[in-house]
Amino acid sequence: MNESLTHIFLDAFLINNFVLCVFLGMCSFLGMSGKFSTAWRMGVSVMFVIIVSSVLSFGANLVLVRFHAEYLRIIVYIIIIAATVQLTEMFIRKESPSLFRELGVYLPLITTNCAVLAVPLFQTFRKYNLIQSTVFAIAASGGYCMALVLLSLVRERTDLGDIPLLGRGTALTLVLAAMLSLAFMGFAGMGSGG
Amino acid sequence: MSEPLSCHPAPPPETTDRPFLNGLWRQNPVFVMVLGMCPTLAITNSVRNALAMGLATTFVMVCSNGMISLIRKLIPKQVRIATYIAIIATWVTVVDYLVKAISIDVYKALGAYIPLIVSNCLVLERPEAYAGKKPVGKSLLDGLGMGLGFAFALTCLGTVREVLGAGTFLGVPLFGKDFEPWVLFLLPPGGFIALAMWLLTFTLWRERKEKIRRQAQQAELRQALEVIL
Repeated sequence: MNESLTHIFLDAFLINNFVLCVFLGMCSFLGMSGKFSTAWRMGVSVMFVIIVSSVLSFGANLVLVRFHAEYLRIIVYIIIIAATVQLTEMFIRKESPSLFRELGVYLPLITTNCAVLAVPLFQTFRKYNLIQSTVFAIAASGGYCMALVLLSLVRERTDLGDIPLLGRGTALTLVLAAMLSLAFMGFAGMGSGG
Repeated sequence: MSEPLSCHPAPPPETTDRPFLNGLWRQNPVFVMVLGMCPTLAITNSVRNALAMGLATTFVMVCSNGMISLIRKLIPKQVRIATYIAIIATWVTVVDYLVKAISIDVYKALGAYIPLIVSNCLVLERPEAYAGKKPVGKSLLDGLGMGLGFAFALTCLGTVREVLGAGTFLGVPLFGKDFEPWVLFLLPPGGFIALAMWLLTFTLWRERKEKIRRQAQQAELRQALEVIL
């Protein structure tokens, strides 16, 4: 695999945006995008978890391949992620108790965010090296963070709008996400050039 | 972490303890609880993929629910989430190899989404809300009901997307040659729109039922009043 780093970055950040084009991390995308202030904090926490667990699972994969134990991959990756989330939780609790209270139950839920598990899996399937994996992790999590913030900004506006009672809630969020996703389809053409 | 493990703010309370039917319809994981969104949106661009994904998830849910319920008294409360995840990850690995052995085509179509069943919040939410507290038989039924409800919702979504986006159902062409496929429905935005429409339909239907129930109640009240007066 000899993809250039710029191509990997653009591909994961815009062209195949994790949330809007590959549908990963939907639960937190729909659940946490109600308010801008929580959305960007959640985005940054997820970014941190993704980058750390990506590097760690790159190392773990080397060990697994060395001992021909690839069938343990899913279990090992999820354990690494759970540990990283625990670490983040302890770090945030110590550094900023107020943020810790605000994120509440959603912090441990990062473990079951599929975007977090997808990054190590994809980098293994695509046989990226360490630098490529790190760039991929930064781009993918950055794309997730951006999508979350964008949707939260739109949703804050619709809070004040005059929307039929029936359409409020998840259905409205999904339609807004569809529009964002349509906009992101415009980036599809950039892939062929890179 | 005492709150229920769900990504959605408030799942409706369990009214009656009928594990199988609850999952299939009243508490349908996708249409009512809005859980497990990633595969719901990503894998439903054809009916075949949707069915395969639904059945794979059902298998994982039944097995992990049963196993967790079996050893629920041995799991310390503090590390229960980690234990659940380890058990679920084991069964997902089994499914990963099963699907590869049964059909390599389906395996390629589902791609990374089979290992990602681990992080499907529905699969983790059920042990937390149900199987960790209830006997084995009920937990198995609950897993089966929830899994089939999930498969049903995925198939609903897959049908709309495949019929509109490609003009076929399970690969069989439905319309004549002149049909111009609405490709948008096979692309990511189509998934969002199709799911939004299904949710709206179900809300509308529930609202309607509620209205009829309320009217019946009022009529009863009026009758009672007339009798008294």
